[in-house]
Amino acid sequence: MPITESDIYKALEQVMDPEIPVLSVIDLGMITGVRLEEEGIHVKMIPTFSACPAVDYIKQNIRSTLEKELDAKVVVEIDKEATWNSNRMSADAHEKLKQFGIAPPQVQQGEERAEIELHTACPHCSSENTYLRSPFGSTLCRAIHYCRNCGYVFEHFKPLG
Amino acid sequence: MTKNDALARMLTAMADDALIQGHRNSEWTGLGPIMEEDIAFSSMAQDKIGHAWALYRILQEELGGEEPDSFAFLRNEKDYRCCHFVEYPNGEYDFSLMRHFLFDHAEAIRYQQLRESAFAPLRPLAEKLKGEIKYHTLHANAWIAQLCRAGEESYARMQSALNTCFPLALGIFEPDPEAGAILEAEGIYPGEAKLKEMWLDRVYNLCAAAGLNLPAESSVTPEYGGRKGYHTEYLQPLLEEMGAVFRSDPQATW
Repeated sequence: MPITESDIYKALEQVMDPEIPVLSVIDLGMITGVRLEEEGIHVKMIPTFSACPAVDYIKQNIRSTLEKELDAKVVVEIDKEATWNSNRMSADAHEKLKQFGIAPPQVQQGEERAEIELHTACPHCSSENTYLRSPFGSTLCRAIHYCRNCGYVFEHFKPLG
Repeated sequence: MTKNDALARMLTAMADDALIQGHRNSEWTGLGPIMEEDIAFSSMAQDKIGHAWALYRILQEELGGEEPDSFAFLRNEKDYRCCHFVEYPNGEYDFSLMRHFLFDHAEAIRYQQLRESAFAPLRPLAEKLKGEIKYHTLHANAWIAQLCRAGEESYARMQSALNTCFPLALGIFEPDPEAGAILEAEGIYPGEAKLKEMWLDRVYNLCAAAGLNLPAESSVTPEYGGRKGYHTEYLQPLLEEMGAVFRSDPQATW
């Protein structure tokens, strides 16, 4: 049976982000296109942060997963036309992040807001009585907040415009 | 000078600034005064070096430049185009923070403008980097405001750091008349003088809100030279340390 685009997307759901292992490259909105050609499958992807150290690793994972699942030759390239922003993440991804203990990024509508400084909902108790402790955390995509309600320090996937 | 020569000059200066500032940021790793600051400077180091790499890659792919790693690590000192400001050692935390504040606002303004550049490969990158640098300026603004409210000594040190940094920061906008004229005419970017005006506007307001006096531009001598390849005594030792591992085996794959 010939491979279809939906087979490719389905297989890509198994490729997890190495830094946030509950999210797939599809959840994160990192895939900008797939193409089926004579010689194999072409996948175009974009990194979340430009200095993301995991890009090569993710490319390798995409290649090996698709090769294994679909038994085809695979080429993964970086899409230089597109840029990633946090609105590319699915609603499903927001829920998974929360379950994992990381506050999801606020959906951005405009420009230049200090949206992350206050009122990021705590993933543990849902209180918005929180404040930003540092815009930098354990990975480039995370910030650190403190919840005044339950007293937990929690991580937040930073909104990126 | 061709348009591509002018572009290469501009991109090299931007990338070298990011690379050297990134290296300086990384020198706080393990030494930050509190854990969050250690992490912040380490993260900003990672961002900056990633930004430098992205610019070197554009140089390579669009303008026939060298492979990014060799270009970053194997040039002679006089072939770097970074401004003096990023070369200075980290010094005390007040100097590091003030440099971070002034430098990152300059970068934020530059990338904001480059989103409209006539040089297409820069547009998506500028969009992306502007979003990332927002977190650098957010961090800097928070600390500048907080330390200016933290008592007499703290305030005095911030003002003194600002006085020291200001003429150095003006060196970010060192004019390059020949390349500048071409880049402006081609719609690549608005030119150093215009970027400097926008930057002065922005930092003046932020300083005023923190109670800091931004020195008058006419009262200081900007520290120029970096864009022409004349550097401070601090760059060569930095390059030796930064490139030591790479030079030990330039063919190694990682």
